[in-house]
Amino acid sequence: MSESRKYPFPEIDSNICKGCKLCIAACPTNVLVISDKLNSKGFHFSEYIGEGCVGCGNCFYTCPEPSAVIVYLKDYVSEEVS
Amino acid sequence: METFLLPWRSLRRSPSFTGCDMEKKTVLRKPKGFIDVYKHKPGAEKDRTHYCPGCGHGILHKLIAEALEDFDLVEKTIVISPVGCSVFAYYYFHTGNLQVAHGRAPAVASAVSRANPDSVVISYQGDGDLAAIGGNNIIQAANRGENMVVFFVNNAIYGMTGGQMAPTTLAGQKTTTTPYGRNVKTDGYPIQVCELINTFTAPVYVTRTSLHDMPNIRKTRTAVRKAIMNAKEKKGFSFVEVLSMCPSGWKKDSLQSQQWIKEDMIPRFPLDVFRDISEDAEAVERPVPVMDPEEVKKIFGYSDFKAGTIQKNPEANFEKVFLRVSGFGGQGIMSTGIALANVGMEYDYNVSWLPSYGPEMRGGTANCSVKIQEDMIGASEVTEPNIIIAMNQPSLEKFEKIMVPGGALIYNSTLIDIEPSRNDVDIYPVPITGIADELGDTRVQSMVSVGAFAAITGLFDPEEIVRLMPSLFEGKPDKVLRMNEEAVRRGHNYVTENFSV
Repeated sequence: MSESRKYPFPEIDSNICKGCKLCIAACPTNVLVISDKLNSKGFHFSEYIGEGCVGCGNCFYTCPEPSAVIVYLKDYVSEEVS
Repeated sequence: METFLLPWRSLRRSPSFTGCDMEKKTVLRKPKGFIDVYKHKPGAEKDRTHYCPGCGHGILHKLIAEALEDFDLVEKTIVISPVGCSVFAYYYFHTGNLQVAHGRAPAVASAVSRANPDSVVISYQGDGDLAAIGGNNIIQAANRGENMVVFFVNNAIYGMTGGQMAPTTLAGQKTTTTPYGRNVKTDGYPIQVCELINTFTAPVYVTRTSLHDMPNIRKTRTAVRKAIMNAKEKKGFSFVEVLSMCPSGWKKDSLQSQQWIKEDMIPRFPLDVFRDISEDAEAVERPVPVMDPEEVKKIFGYSDFKAGTIQKNPEANFEKVFLRVSGFGGQGIMSTGIALANVGMEYDYNVSWLPSYGPEMRGGTANCSVKIQEDMIGASEVTEPNIIIAMNQPSLEKFEKIMVPGGALIYNSTLIDIEPSRNDVDIYPVPITGIADELGDTRVQSMVSVGAFAAITGLFDPEEIVRLMPSLFEGKPDKVLRMNEEAVRRGHNYVTENFSV
């Protein structure tokens, strides 16, 4: 991820996402939307609008796909660098 | 994280969850409880599950895998897969796994847990598996308080087979097998499994949670972690029922499915902690059963039994005995076999005896397999006999066919008036029942057979058999012993007088 990204933020694998929209419903700040685009399996995937994530982890815990969502929390960068 | 009061705050303070501080996480990603690449999954898509969009299984899988990673239990865990969509749990969990017959996961989990007391054993089951075909298995495992966690995924239908009615299907719910809705007059009421499990004394943790919104997913997470911690600490039986979406089976999208759980399922399946004595429960240590041969001898009255003291006959006609004794039940079939096996043991042979009979105690057909040989015995069933003792005509017709050439066919000429069809075996017609009747009791015919067998094989000396009578007929009156001794001698003499052996 680029260094300019503001933590926390979610990273959604658009190719693994099955478009069930559970994460969109679970997001307290409404920063996830369903894409107009289709992925290789023909699903409209979920995507992050780029700002406003509070790192609550709801999208991670409600997503039925183990590897579709990663949430980088607030302290992620500082820990990785140190 | 200081600025957000997160629901797992209270969880962190619970003494059961020490050492797994959620707030230390700086990234939420696929837990290590999962296999990195699903290499056991066929096909090209080894980076994703086979579950439908919006399926609850994936969420629960993730919560379990996360707990296993956080508690450092991945290596110690054995997941038992059911039959149902989650049969493929072994594609995903980086744990030990057994996939078992429909509904039998709690039974197998019991055995796995007893044999591996330091493991965390997880029985992961759906409602068709657990509440229908496996109903008794879960009841007995819960009642024994086995050290295990059961995750019961309740989606009110059979998901994998296409959405048929399950025991948990709601009244009025339409499924492929209840197109007009479940009628309680013909199909009964939805089974409330948590309430049922809660009637038993042994379980330590019984709860029902749901995946229908975030607060409840977090409650489910708490329950999953508590149950797994109970298993780690060997506290006994934990049961977590999870109401879960099946968008494909319910013909709804995932959000409608969550709504349906909230509005339709929860009234019948109320979310509650039905029991939680985890804090007070003590670790269950079960004694490991040990078989003490001396104790077994005592129980069976063999404490004075000394095997292998009689000299073998080096000129016996048979090196190995593969015997099939057959006839009506009540003709002494089993006693003949047992007596020969016991005598063989006194001669220090390896022996086996395997009975086979119908459900009737008397009057049905019966046969037994006996092996007597120097070498170790593998299978105890005799499929290619070299000796047959046929007590009636159906037995003769049945078993002469499977004899090996050169064997000895002994048949009861009192009751059988046909000739055997085999001409490549030695045939010994012996009036077994007739000799016994002459002695005054038909029941001694088994010892007549034993005597005839001794003469034909040359393996046993009839006088040695006579000396063993008190141990063969322990506790029987002298009169019975005398009659059986005479039966052995008469059977033996009949053969030596009428045939050249």
